[in-house]
Amino acid sequence: MTAAPGTLLIEAARRAGIEIPAFCYYPGLSLQAACRMCLVEIEKAPKLQTACTVPVSEGMVVRTNTPKVHDARRSMLEFLLTNHPLDCPVCDKGGECELQDMVFRYGASFSRFREEKRHTDEEKWSPVVYYDGPRCILCYRCVRVCNEGMDVSALAIVNRGGRTLIGPNAGGHLDCEQCGMCIDICPVGALTSGSYRHQARPWELHYVPTICTHCGDGCKTTLSVRNNRVLRGNNRDQSGINGEFLCIKGRYAFDFLHHPERLTQPLVRQEGKLVPATWAQALRAVAARFRQLLEQGSAFGIIGSNHAGNETAYLLQKFARAGLRTNNIDHHRTADYAALIAALARSGVRPADRLAGSRDLLTARAVLLIGNNPTEQHPLLAWNMRTNVRLNKGRLYVVNHRAIKLERQATATLRIEEGRAGALLDFLAGQTTAGQPPALQPWNEFRDRLRAESDLLVVFGDEIKGDGIARLVAFGNTLGGVTRYIALGDYNNSRGASDMGLLPGSLPGYAPVEDAVVRARFEAEWNVTLPPGPGLALDEMIAAAGDGRLGALYVVGANPLKRYNLNAGSSFLVVQDMFLTETARQADVVLPAAAVYEVNGTVTNTCGELQRIRQALGTNGPRADLEIIGLIAKETGISLGPVGSEEVFDEIRRLVNGYNVAMAGLAAGEAVPTAPADGRDASLGRPDLVHSSGDTLFTSGTLGQYSDMLEAVRRH
Amino acid sequence: MRFSAQLEARFERFLARYPQRRSALIPMLLYAQDEVGWLSPEVIAEIAGRLDLSVVEVESVISYYSMLRRRPAGKYHIQVCTNISCMLREAEPLFEHAREKLGIEPGEITEDGLFSLEEVECLGACSWAPAVQVNYDFHHEMTPEKLGALVDRLREKRP
Repeated sequence: MTAAPGTLLIEAARRAGIEIPAFCYYPGLSLQAACRMCLVEIEKAPKLQTACTVPVSEGMVVRTNTPKVHDARRSMLEFLLTNHPLDCPVCDKGGECELQDMVFRYGASFSRFREEKRHTDEEKWSPVVYYDGPRCILCYRCVRVCNEGMDVSALAIVNRGGRTLIGPNAGGHLDCEQCGMCIDICPVGALTSGSYRHQARPWELHYVPTICTHCGDGCKTTLSVRNNRVLRGNNRDQSGINGEFLCIKGRYAFDFLHHPERLTQPLVRQEGKLVPATWAQALRAVAARFRQLLEQGSAFGIIGSNHAGNETAYLLQKFARAGLRTNNIDHHRTADYAALIAALARSGVRPADRLAGSRDLLTARAVLLIGNNPTEQHPLLAWNMRTNVRLNKGRLYVVNHRAIKLERQATATLRIEEGRAGALLDFLAGQTTAGQPPALQPWNEFRDRLRAESDLLVVFGDEIKGDGIARLVAFGNTLGGVTRYIALGDYNNSRGASDMGLLPGSLPGYAPVEDAVVRARFEAEWNVTLPPGPGLALDEMIAAAGDGRLGALYVVGANPLKRYNLNAGSSFLVVQDMFLTETARQADVVLPAAAVYEVNGTVTNTCGELQRIRQALGTNGPRADLEIIGLIAKETGISLGPVGSEEVFDEIRRLVNGYNVAMAGLAAGEAVPTAPADGRDASLGRPDLVHSSGDTLFTSGTLGQYSDMLEAVRRH
Repeated sequence: MRFSAQLEARFERFLARYPQRRSALIPMLLYAQDEVGWLSPEVIAEIAGRLDLSVVEVESVISYYSMLRRRPAGKYHIQVCTNISCMLREAEPLFEHAREKLGIEPGEITEDGLFSLEEVECLGACSWAPAVQVNYDFHHEMTPEKLGALVDRLREKRP
């Protein structure tokens, strides 16, 4: 057989279909050669060698299936089991334990060890991480993934010989990013999960792969469900764009689903108080008022969600435009995607060619990160940026107004004053000269370094929006190669909400509402006449609702009144949400909605990658947003066509710029890049509304308030 | 915390010497221990900070090497080898004698703070077994009598 020079024996063998067992070897982490399971016979070598550290060479003869090798594996396993408590029946890892599997395949059926096993008590290191020392086989995977992968270094080996243990960094506790990577990477049950431990056996769980409902990165999380409860989230099969990575939110912050304050029945305001009602009563109340307002010719305002899937966003804007005859529709914009697509198209390049995917960060030769703090706000993208520097010698350039952790991986860092990103971009694009004061020398040096790069990948936060993005693209076009971009938006479907046209000036796919040709296309599809001018933006709608200019405000999966004040009672407020949020508390009708984990559909991550979400749970009381919108429309007497998630998605594929994707990949659970072909005419109103919530690793907007695990970690 | 001017200068040299900052860890720990007497939590935190390591990473190294101490020792730290060569040459009665003579167990310090006792693995002095090391000085072909005399001599050196 042949393999590329430098390939490790263990990898070459695996690719040829020959399994060499190993515990400590883990692709992408430094070599450890600690577990001695991968010993093989190499001709002319005096003794057995570790296949995980020996690279292939010309004419090498290796034997992996000889009595000597079998003996070595059997002895190593016997040795590992000397102190290992055989508590498999009560161990969380039982059934998916690498040590169990190895002993089953390669171990002996007896042990010569008759002495007392060494015991240490289990330790709680944080709300998410528990440690059971005796089960540890000292493979160092957790230590390496924390040091190298996470750049946190919260774990280390302490003591030596038979007394060796893993130790946490804060005196018996973990002060870290609480990602739980150490737990999933542990081949045995030494590190266990705070939410899952002692809850279930892995073979009695139902596994549902879906997309995390928190940040905008779009990690796949496979939810383990038992008795209609989610017990854990992970990506053990490494099938998503995130590989083995998940942060605390993808792994643990699903518990809002089962929060006691979750709304389970509709509420209708009677004599000033919200009281429980049946679905029929609540829907009738909404529809009656909507019909009345339509007849009076009153205006509506609609605010959509950053979390709900594309189908919900699309149907909501269709309901608003085709049903309620208004362009008063918006959402909390966390990145200016419209401006990026427009700036690219206007500069003469095809947006689809310049919008980078999340995995491009793993291979980019150079990445420029402007603003944001991806370690907190985009943990997967931060992981990819770190990994690219560590394994592929990628170069990372960081511009920020504050110190961020990713500077540790940076080739060069430029600190600027807050609000000066625009001036810097003009300077980088060469439109202004430095003026030569010594203070600008760092700008000069930084620009020189960037100009020496080609095929730069630019990642930017909400510090750059509106016209700033045009300036950014102007700078990108001065560089060699193909400059690509990622705009960082906050939530799992922030990009999708924007793409689907939850914007007062844009039809789906950033087609401006004033464009009669585009409008005609949607009018023909929807069989209506669409309002021709842009509607009110989010803050304008709330102001208008406050002074009675809006007859009704319909809020789906958003909490705008956390940020804005509304004069109560001035217009009819309908809120569709999982919880009684600040906004829902002021509503006239509250409709309990299903979570993203309770519905089928699609979401688009901040890089524009489209992925399927799958229903992991049934709901008892709450209904899917899509269904609720459909029911309100029906009761109001508005025809929206079929409102099933697949039918709506078919319409999205047909009508939304960039969404005509191949179904095969999507159906197989892959992330499919959306590819907007154009967008030069996109409506770019109100960039001032674009702002990130600045969530940390342990917060997630309104949703994060209802995760007990995030709360426990914040208090830890 | 600050160390003596001389040690600070030495640390400066260490930090300049290695391409990877963390490589200076073991020599820094050894010299700090010599000056402070042991690796107190304060010393560990200080050195971790200077090398951009977490405390647990430093503890990981300390706990691997038995000559790095996480508790105070006496002014004279008596290390008796009981590894094979020394054991064959009567190191065990020698170690017992040291315990009796000093009146302390391994890991303890005499009340006057002068002596501490440790049973150690091979000191690399097998040719002259049994071997005893007091701080950095070797004492070869030890007997209980010679050890007793050594302890008395060290006790009298007291200022």
